[in-house]
Amino acid sequence: MSINWYVTVSALIFCIGAVGVMTRRNPLVVLLCLELMLNAGNLALIAFSRMWGNGDGQIFAIIVMVVAACEVCIGLGIIVAMYRRRLPIDVDEIRELQG
Amino acid sequence: MAELFFFIAAIGAIAGATGVVILRNPLYSVLALVSHLLSLALLFLLLRAEFIAAAQVIVYAGAVMVLYVFVVSYVGGADEVMSLTGGGRTQRLLAVAFGAAIFVELAIAILGTGLKALDGDGAPFTPGPATFGTPAEIGRLLLTDFLLPFEIASYLLLIAAVGAVTLARRRGGLEGGEAVLDRPAIDYARPSYTGTMAEGVGGRRALPRPEEQGAARPQRSGEVPT
Repeated sequence: MSINWYVTVSALIFCIGAVGVMTRRNPLVVLLCLELMLNAGNLALIAFSRMWGNGDGQIFAIIVMVVAACEVCIGLGIIVAMYRRRLPIDVDEIRELQG
Repeated sequence: MAELFFFIAAIGAIAGATGVVILRNPLYSVLALVSHLLSLALLFLLLRAEFIAAAQVIVYAGAVMVLYVFVVSYVGGADEVMSLTGGGRTQRLLAVAFGAAIFVELAIAILGTGLKALDGDGAPFTPGPATFGTPAEIGRLLLTDFLLPFEIASYLLLIAAVGAVTLARRRGGLEGGEAVLDRPAIDYARPSYTGTMAEGVGGRRALPRPEEQGAARPQRSGEVPT
């Protein structure tokens, strides 16, 4: 399979994740769609790593996975804190910072 | 053979991604993401990234998704109300159009790129212990060429762990609205004589009332004190 196919699949997954971030209102699902976008980036990085026959892209992918794990950790902590304070679990309702 | 596996994995990955976006129940979205991650691990294997594929299955599809399932169960994944009227619908249509525009743009970039190697199968690959996907090579790269990112990533994980504990803890004791239970919660739900040895041998002798024990405890009459 040529590398083109992998990069195209990666682009498609990224766009699906972007649409999910823009349409869904539950912050849990928004976090899941962010995971989709990060994974699409991972797939592109690993495809390019294969293209050059070099391991550097895979190190990038590992760092991206670490950052994604941190983001999940903090995001889920925020959602649990919102639930504890009886705030609505809906990104359209949380608008205090909107001004 | 590689083509067959590629199409199976790619269709699985795209179907899983679509499921995450479309399914209404957040728990089903999480399960769709798990299937997406497993398909993606197969794609990584096809790209000769064995270590990343294993880490994807173990860390991502295993640990991180378990965290998601816990939080969805705790928060109670309420079904999202998909209103097709009002401002929500135009926003949804705009979002889909925007996503399609991003994809067209990316496709133009991929097709019109000057990278000739994109059309090939990649660099020549000879299996062995020192090729680029093996754990040995990843470890060598992480501890030599990429030592600084490695250390920064470990600090980032530490900061994230501390931040999550700080965010999710109870602030200054119990917040309002949470009942203080001085007995096991099961004691509030049963009549006073059940669940005792006395009931087991047939006697219906009631337990001593809490006030008889001298403690200022709430009545054991079934209701939870507020």
